[in-house]
Amino acid sequence: MAEATTQPIQTPAKRSLFQQLELDTRLLGMVGAFIILCIGFNLLTDGRFLTPRNIFNLTIQTVSVAIMASGMVFVIVTRHIDLSVGALLATCSAVMAMVQTQVLPDMLGFGLNHPATWAITIVVGLGVGTLIGAFHGWMVGYLSIPAFIVTLGGFLVWRNVAWYLTDGQTIGPLDKTFLIFGGINGTMGTTWSWIIGIAATVLALFGLWSGRRARQGHGFAVKPLWAELTIAGITAGAILGLVWTLNSYLIPARRLKRMMEAKGETMPEGLEVGYGLPISVLILIAVAVVMTVVARRTRLGRYIFATGGNPDAAELSGINTRMLTVKIFALMGFLCALSAVVASARLANHSNDIGTLDELRVIAAAVIGGTALSGGLGTIHGAILGALIMQALQSGMAMVGVDAPFQNIVVGSVLVLAVLIDIQYRKRLGAK
Amino acid sequence: MKTAKELRAEGATPLVEMKDISIAFGGIKAVDHVSVDLHPGEVVGLLGHNGAGKSTLIKILSGAYHMDAGEIRINGDKVEITNPRDARSHNIETIYQTLALADNLDAASNLFLGRELVTPFGLVDDAAMEAECRKIMGRLNPNFQKFSEPVAALSGGQRQSVAIARAVYFNAKILIMDEPTAALGPHETQMVAELIQQLKAEGIGIFLIDHDVHAVMELCDRASVMKNGALVGTVDIEDVTDDDLLSMIILGKNPGEAAASTTD
Repeated sequence: MAEATTQPIQTPAKRSLFQQLELDTRLLGMVGAFIILCIGFNLLTDGRFLTPRNIFNLTIQTVSVAIMASGMVFVIVTRHIDLSVGALLATCSAVMAMVQTQVLPDMLGFGLNHPATWAITIVVGLGVGTLIGAFHGWMVGYLSIPAFIVTLGGFLVWRNVAWYLTDGQTIGPLDKTFLIFGGINGTMGTTWSWIIGIAATVLALFGLWSGRRARQGHGFAVKPLWAELTIAGITAGAILGLVWTLNSYLIPARRLKRMMEAKGETMPEGLEVGYGLPISVLILIAVAVVMTVVARRTRLGRYIFATGGNPDAAELSGINTRMLTVKIFALMGFLCALSAVVASARLANHSNDIGTLDELRVIAAAVIGGTALSGGLGTIHGAILGALIMQALQSGMAMVGVDAPFQNIVVGSVLVLAVLIDIQYRKRLGAK
Repeated sequence: MKTAKELRAEGATPLVEMKDISIAFGGIKAVDHVSVDLHPGEVVGLLGHNGAGKSTLIKILSGAYHMDAGEIRINGDKVEITNPRDARSHNIETIYQTLALADNLDAASNLFLGRELVTPFGLVDDAAMEAECRKIMGRLNPNFQKFSEPVAALSGGQRQSVAIARAVYFNAKILIMDEPTAALGPHETQMVAELIQQLKAEGIGIFLIDHDVHAVMELCDRASVMKNGALVGTVDIEDVTDDDLLSMIILGKNPGEAAASTTD
């Protein structure tokens, strides 16, 4: 039994060039569906769908749902559900609206558009969201109330707490600095967008390289170099392509003129300035990166997936699954608050119906993105892609001129169909 | 090193003593004032019908259940075990009947579950864990190759090797095996038997729960038999026959006081 000190590393059997890339075929399918969807709408709208302007709008419309969907992945992976995210978003938005329009300017005498208002507001909002989420998690984890019930109750409670806090009124206008998190009012400009894009590309390539080196350091098999380079090329192309597209969306001349006049400058003839990366999209990218690192490279993430795969095994391995539940729901609450910042800043005010039906969009995005309701499976990038597909479908149909009821009928059917395809795909793979 | 039998004869402090343990579920006494003990390098079999309370008794030691009454001593010191983390901190490792693996994770992630190796930045170091996993598997099951697939894709024997590797890797002093060969073929069963001998020689105390009287006769030094939640008796394997054990299990009768060793 002791003749071998370590397990020999097999050289993998000969595989096709495509297999050597070791890509996630399910993800590829989703990307393919997304591309077909975009091209289809582009043809139907005579090229209006794939313009820099529409892509810009599509990204900023997706951010709020996508941020929450990344948190929903963790909730669903651990076999829970959160039906209260839209209502929680509304409560956080209401709290922040009241803080920045009434508490700080009037009650504390900051006045309007004080430079500290936006920061205090966001800290308060994120705190409230995290606390409410943690409270949900405590009821699920320690009181053993099913998450479905806790968050169904939360759905009613928080939607109406928001109503009560604002007396049902639309609260606005919001703080000027706060509005930069909404999208169109806060973009990085072309130069900074390129700098950020190039930095992100360098980081991504470094990540790929260091992962390869770590495996080589232990003598494990790695992908052939050409496969690694292809993936690096696709990654760099995707990041820089997005930056290029968003930079190509030019600020309308009249708006630019007004902006420059506000600064006391006159606009030179023929000046063209692109919007670049919206700050809200940067926030989404940051959330996606952090959540992916949490999922794959931290103990917390490992425990989340282990608990989803086999809760008993996780418990017997000494994982405190109750505390884990609190952490997951607190994280979900934090992300709802972050989405509330983006959503209310995008609308430039807090309205009583903000986030309505978001719980369904968020769950649908996570599920279309490959998160299994039976637990243990799901990816952050999948959920974000799911959110993007849903938003593309919705706004594409609106551009084509599909009636509102049919839009919702199509989105609902696509959700069911996506899950059916997923089940068939997993059956064929022999996985559960 | 002295054998377990010599240690017991000298009245040395046992590695584990479970004294007067009781636990009830909704009025049913699953374990009723049971005492067992274990010395280093000793294999104690726990026998009994389904529902006799052996798994329940052992889950108290591994921290999965919390006892109603009684005390647990390790190396003579009274300890509180209220959850699996406490048990692990006393070097008690358990291999469960149900294997207790997270099916969606790979072998290395399961091996290190709850005790991951991390990089200096505090991130999980998958490459290092896979390397360690390959080392221990090279020792336990040289046929094991599926390192990058979720354990759901493994056979019963391969899954069992992962569960055993987990107990062995972390230097268990006290090992609990709940029907370790239930899901295995003959070759893999033989592998587990060899492993038990090897661990025993290293001075690890093992509680072995098994239905198979022959396996217990072959592997164990002593056997404690339970029936309906109560302890029928603890005997030296050398002093009894298969039939004696069977009659203890089925009839709940001790094969004469002379054959029974003292439990204290």
